[in-house]
Amino acid sequence: MMTKSIMIVGVGGQGTLLTSRILGGITSGAGYDVKLSEVHGMAQRGGSVVTFVRYGEKVAEPIVEEGQADVLIAFERLEALRYAHFLKKDGVLIVNDWRIEPITVVTGAEQYPENIIEDLSREHKVYTINAMEEALKLGNAKAFNVIVLGMAAKHMDFTKEDWLRIIEKTVPPKTVEINKRAFLAGYGS
Amino acid sequence: MAEKKIMLGNEAIARGAYEAGVKVSAAYPGTPSTEISENVVKYEEIYAEWSPNEKVAMEVAIGASISGVRAMASMKHVGVNVASDPLYTASYTGVNGGLVLVAADDPGLYSSQNEQDTRCVARAAQVPVLEPSDSQEAKDFMKFAFTLSEKYDTPVILRTTTRLSHSQGNVVLEEREEVADKPYERNIGKYVMMPAMAKGRHVFVEKRMEAMAEDGCAFPVNRAEYGDTSIGFITSGIPYQYVKEVFPDASVLKLGLVHPLPKKLIEEFASRVDKLYIFEELEPVIEEQVKAWGIEAAGKEIFTRQGEYSANMLRRALLPEGVETQAPASVPARPPILCPGCPHRSVFSVLKKLKLHAAGDIGCYTLGAVAPLSVIDTTICMGASISSLHGMEKARGKDYIKNWVAVIGDSTFMHTGVNSLMNMVYNQGTGTVLIVDNSTTGMTGHQDHAATGKTLKGEVVPAISIYKFCKAIGIEHVVEVNAFDLQELERVIREETARDAVSVIITKSPCVLLKGNVFPDVCAPVPEKCKKCGACLVPGCPALTKREDGSIAIDATMCNGCGLCMQLCPFGAIEKQPKQTTAGKGEKK
Repeated sequence: MMTKSIMIVGVGGQGTLLTSRILGGITSGAGYDVKLSEVHGMAQRGGSVVTFVRYGEKVAEPIVEEGQADVLIAFERLEALRYAHFLKKDGVLIVNDWRIEPITVVTGAEQYPENIIEDLSREHKVYTINAMEEALKLGNAKAFNVIVLGMAAKHMDFTKEDWLRIIEKTVPPKTVEINKRAFLAGYGS
Repeated sequence: MAEKKIMLGNEAIARGAYEAGVKVSAAYPGTPSTEISENVVKYEEIYAEWSPNEKVAMEVAIGASISGVRAMASMKHVGVNVASDPLYTASYTGVNGGLVLVAADDPGLYSSQNEQDTRCVARAAQVPVLEPSDSQEAKDFMKFAFTLSEKYDTPVILRTTTRLSHSQGNVVLEEREEVADKPYERNIGKYVMMPAMAKGRHVFVEKRMEAMAEDGCAFPVNRAEYGDTSIGFITSGIPYQYVKEVFPDASVLKLGLVHPLPKKLIEEFASRVDKLYIFEELEPVIEEQVKAWGIEAAGKEIFTRQGEYSANMLRRALLPEGVETQAPASVPARPPILCPGCPHRSVFSVLKKLKLHAAGDIGCYTLGAVAPLSVIDTTICMGASISSLHGMEKARGKDYIKNWVAVIGDSTFMHTGVNSLMNMVYNQGTGTVLIVDNSTTGMTGHQDHAATGKTLKGEVVPAISIYKFCKAIGIEHVVEVNAFDLQELERVIREETARDAVSVIITKSPCVLLKGNVFPDVCAPVPEKCKKCGACLVPGCPALTKREDGSIAIDATMCNGCGLCMQLCPFGAIEKQPKQTTAGKGEKK
């Protein structure tokens, strides 16, 4: 199998590390060689954060580079736009339809771009979801990232059962049920 | 069957220490090294501590080694500077139980003040360096480091980088090797470094490094992978992965031991390939030595000394077809910022109002340098705020620093700020020092320190009082203020900066991300009272945005309810409201 490249992008504090742990678990558990690269430290304080996941028979490089991502999972619209050029030609972009203004916009130094989804859709295969709204329906806004992951999971090589098993193993015991429901809400049971 | 687990590089380093039979580990937190100790502490068999700084951590490890057990210290690259005093001389004394220093470099400056290369320190200190390329090797090399340390009577540096430390990969787990404590024998020729003894040990150090360079040619960590011999690479660490990604068939000499270099192995490899490249991040440490031996190779004339490498960088440099990529979209930057509810923002809003300059230090509060706060003037290294302010005063006189303060966090104060403050007292300075005490080491992810009352192992211990410490060294004017009490803060800062004596203002409020530290309510605008003056926006809280009509919106899902904006509003147009418990972040617009 060719090495597959996944990226998760978002804003520091949005919980990209939990999503990446689930991805690491499922790819490694399926017997693949896997490398997964995260951002810790300063950028986690509200900065732009990115996680790379690569899996296949034998993986050398731990990062995904421009033009290489099979799936780009964005937890926020502006971050989708920032990293869209990392997608392959036929790559899939999953976007949480949500806006968090960076400080540069809050202070008026820069403008938050309008029509991001429409613009991205012209060049890429884009799937959007308002995961925050869905998560609130489930009664826990924090589960939004697993809803987005559920949507992205349809474009990866694992069964629904595999995903649910690994979620059960990875998330804190108290949150297993809500996270499974969140995953299915995104996956479209 | 052996158990396989996906592990962060830092977690694998900790696992390697466990399997190697390590008994003592000491460290000071610093990105990208922090998770090493956070994982080491999970093994009951290892005593693990946060030391106040890296020099202390190194000395704790040295003592443990002399007593006959395997010991380690871990730190980020700039921490190695702090620890270099004991390191350089531990190179002379050598070890009893194995001694390993894990040094984490940060090419690309993800969370550091410079991009220095620890291998340069290792060369100067004449200490061997091992450099792994993935999580599995991180664990394996850690074990090998202890073997080398004891065999060659030397501390060993395991060098990692941000990319390795913060990447996960599969690791095969093994059992812990129970290493018997070695007997201690008094030996002043080896352990007391007075000139006469040190002269003798210097001779030993030279011989040791020569022997390792010779023996290193046969170490399995140094591996020649012959393929297409028209092109050959000498590389190590993470850059090895980029070479394998782009040139899977090329010949590669993968060095695990990057200091001292295995000369004969390198000469042989160089003689068998037509075109030789040396591919190493940061400084040309391998390249300069190889070229000094008269071997022809290409290195830094093609590959930069700056930042992180990548496979695309190698493609662009060496493949005739290069690599085609789309240009990134032009989008607003999203730099890191102080969190909503951060007590530093409150303190900085007062400094900004009073138009004070600040000699800064290392921590989250460094973010106060950039807009919209723009209050921090300088950031050099841990502890430098207080001492550099003192230097300004001695250069330009006490009136010159009347509109200056030093700003330092509680953990950084315990690290090296204490020395600088003692100097200010001793040498009759008159500076004003703000210790922004948020009861933790914030930026690295909330580690305890000597003034928090808890150890790395989770034991509750008496917290060292920063207030009493300042009093004890003879400072008369020490004031504690609630970091969110703007009026009192302003009064105290005005009073203390005017004073012709050293004063310390300890601003207190725990980090808003600390567990259990939550304000009960959130802030909400009262639109009919808002005069659109923008006073609440001045400190740049990310939960506040200006609507198109100039009025204020507060994102209830981001607000932590600190009430800073409420205090800043002259019209009472912001009030507290009960928090909804299901809050997330951001908004759909």
